[in-house]
Amino acid sequence: MTRLQFISVLLLIVTYSIALGAKLLAPADYAVQFRETPNQPPSAQFLLGTDELGRDRLSRLFYACQTSLLLAPAAAALSTLLAAIVGTAAGYTGGWFEKLTMAGVDLFLSLPWLFLIITVRAVLPLNVAPAISVLVTFAILGCLGWAASARVVCAGVRNLRSSGFMLNARALGCRRSRLLAMQLAPNVKPVLWAQFLVSIPVFVLAEANLSMLGLGVAEPLPSLGGLMRELENFSGLSAQPWRLAPLAVLVVCVSAFQVLSRGREVEA
Amino acid sequence: MKIKICLLLLALAITVPGFGQGELRFCLHADPKTFNPLLVDDDASEAVRYLTGGVLVRLNRRTQQLEPELATAWKVSPDGRRIEFTLRPGIKFSDGTPFGAEDVAFTMKSLMDPELHSPIGDGFRSANGDMHFQILPKNRIAITFPAPVAGLDKLFDQVSMMSAHSPEKERAVLGPFVVADYKPGSYVELKRNPNYWKKDSAGRHLPYLDAVRLDIQQNREIEVMRFKRGEVQLINSLDGEYYDRLQPQMRSELFDSGPSFDSEQMWFNQSPAAKIPEYKLAWFRSTQFRQAISSAINRQDLVRLVFNNHATPAIGPISPANKFWFNSKLKPHAYDQSAAIRLLVKAGFRMQGGVLHDAQGHAVEFSIITNAGNQARERMAAVIQQDLAGIGIKVGVVTLDFPSLIERMTRTFNYEACLLGLNNNGLDPNDQMAVWLSSGDNHQWNPAQKSPATAWEAEVDKLMRAQASATSATKRKALFDKVQEIAWEQQPFIYLVHKNALSAVSKEVHGAEPVALSPQTYWQIEKLRVTIERASR
Repeated sequence: MTRLQFISVLLLIVTYSIALGAKLLAPADYAVQFRETPNQPPSAQFLLGTDELGRDRLSRLFYACQTSLLLAPAAAALSTLLAAIVGTAAGYTGGWFEKLTMAGVDLFLSLPWLFLIITVRAVLPLNVAPAISVLVTFAILGCLGWAASARVVCAGVRNLRSSGFMLNARALGCRRSRLLAMQLAPNVKPVLWAQFLVSIPVFVLAEANLSMLGLGVAEPLPSLGGLMRELENFSGLSAQPWRLAPLAVLVVCVSAFQVLSRGREVEA
Repeated sequence: MKIKICLLLLALAITVPGFGQGELRFCLHADPKTFNPLLVDDDASEAVRYLTGGVLVRLNRRTQQLEPELATAWKVSPDGRRIEFTLRPGIKFSDGTPFGAEDVAFTMKSLMDPELHSPIGDGFRSANGDMHFQILPKNRIAITFPAPVAGLDKLFDQVSMMSAHSPEKERAVLGPFVVADYKPGSYVELKRNPNYWKKDSAGRHLPYLDAVRLDIQQNREIEVMRFKRGEVQLINSLDGEYYDRLQPQMRSELFDSGPSFDSEQMWFNQSPAAKIPEYKLAWFRSTQFRQAISSAINRQDLVRLVFNNHATPAIGPISPANKFWFNSKLKPHAYDQSAAIRLLVKAGFRMQGGVLHDAQGHAVEFSIITNAGNQARERMAAVIQQDLAGIGIKVGVVTLDFPSLIERMTRTFNYEACLLGLNNNGLDPNDQMAVWLSSGDNHQWNPAQKSPATAWEAEVDKLMRAQASATSATKRKALFDKVQEIAWEQQPFIYLVHKNALSAVSKEVHGAEPVALSPQTYWQIEKLRVTIERASR
């Protein structure tokens, strides 16, 4: 592990510890409005100040990490699983099936997924709890984000299919299921792991983009993207630089994931 | 020597501040949908119409009284069916075609042509049948409608006269400017109308400005930055947040003209077609439930937290800015959570462990939908959420893209409560007919009813129809006051706030008197001047 990777792991451990312990660490509930003290600068009571409604920014940032940084890996895991299934099936079978599947993947990649998300959100029941709504949003992101990874997995499996150890195993009469489980899977794992790590920041950013459009996590539940909507009014940022805190957290986490995924890609 | 004199004059021109021969710049937030003045139904087209169109009478945006323009005098008959105008003599369109009674008749015929589907024409359609025109001596014309038209003379403020004979058709105008150039997505350039008829007290031809450039800019943030850099000189409908941000450096260039005509309100879905449980429909149809919700919402906090004090708590459908039609006898809705709970208890609800339950034991909870991307509304929803939590009601907030929201509001009726705003550009209650008539499509809480669902809605129908056919302004006011009283009592719309009309006018612009009524900053465009100093930047 390089020094940069070590620092990345350390930063992610700190961020995830805060996210997991948000309930214990946050000075206030994320939804509580201290209406007599809106738009406060950082102080002893509110370390990152308060927002327009008087809500503690630090508490909301902790809970936002929980929402965005815990659910993004879950969505990444889902998309990697789907990519593994589709990519392996196509790459291992080869021939017309691979061509057809990859054409399907290309078609899927060209879908305007933002509109699909908007449509799916629009037909969701209105009375679902914000937490469920968030889960559904990330689940949709996960279900839509597999296609690019599937291409990479397919290419990896195709190379492995004609590799020496696979030919040997097949010549020795190894059954297909055993071939997949014992020979192929361990060798595809680094590719999948790299794809998983690459996908996490993609989903964090996808949620952020959705929230910037007001279609991400619903109020009052905070998310990194939701908090960053304040940055739309960028002219006041020089006077209130603490509003950049969610962006800083996002940049740190995405960079850390990128560093780790690069390392994995090299290994793969 | 000549060159030296020219250079000296040029130097003087760019260093000495002075008036006249300038170009005024401001932003439109979208491309104009049309340049045909009779088809205008969007803000950008309306701006172009206001700046280029000549009208018979003009509503003074400050006094809210009609003033003569192309007509020097006008008279409405006692039965409200006939209006007679005396036209100003010697007026010419921008292309030199003379203006006369035939042009008025042509404009009105075009406006009322059912094939044209003019949104302005709808205001004149009080009954089926044709209009009749009578061209009278001494430059007069009388127009007779098949039935009385309420507020007939004020409707002409929206009607830009078109030429019956000019080959340029709608491009020939009578207003202070003409459209010189239009680049979609970029700008609309207006040049001074050489044939504009108005002169100032010194006999100088108006407008003072040579040109107006309307830059098409959707992004408000960029508009504000351009204002700060001096690239645009006016901002209409300035957001409260930007207003506060500009205030330290540009205090003298910012204007808060008090409550605007627009309102922000929430309502409950009471439609029988609503896809919600019967017990919830019963809550929403209960007057006491709606009154309790209204009492539990702290409107002052909405004003302070969401609008940075640049809003006014709303009392009813008419803003206090509407000097004539606002019912000043109505009391503001008091914020009183104890009173709200008392009302709910009276209506059969009960509090159990901090959660409100109805008589059948259902916990009271509902969702509010609003449009995604509108931060002010999302914040309002968050404030309402916490206020209603104070009386044991759990509220979910759902933001939807606008088409989905409209689909739910108007077609599927699959929602419980909605938070939205209403833009009121007109002063007259007739502009709100579709909102208040139970058969109206904009009667949002229960639209397009075949017969009124409640006695109070039947009463409102009766009053709205009566005021629409009454010709006396005093009588109409009395009838519409009663409508406002019923709305205050029944609260089908829970009116929350009226945003203040905020605007910015650069120091380079002289003669502007920003008001609440649109167009806020340039309503007397022909009298605006810009200092030439800008040219040296």
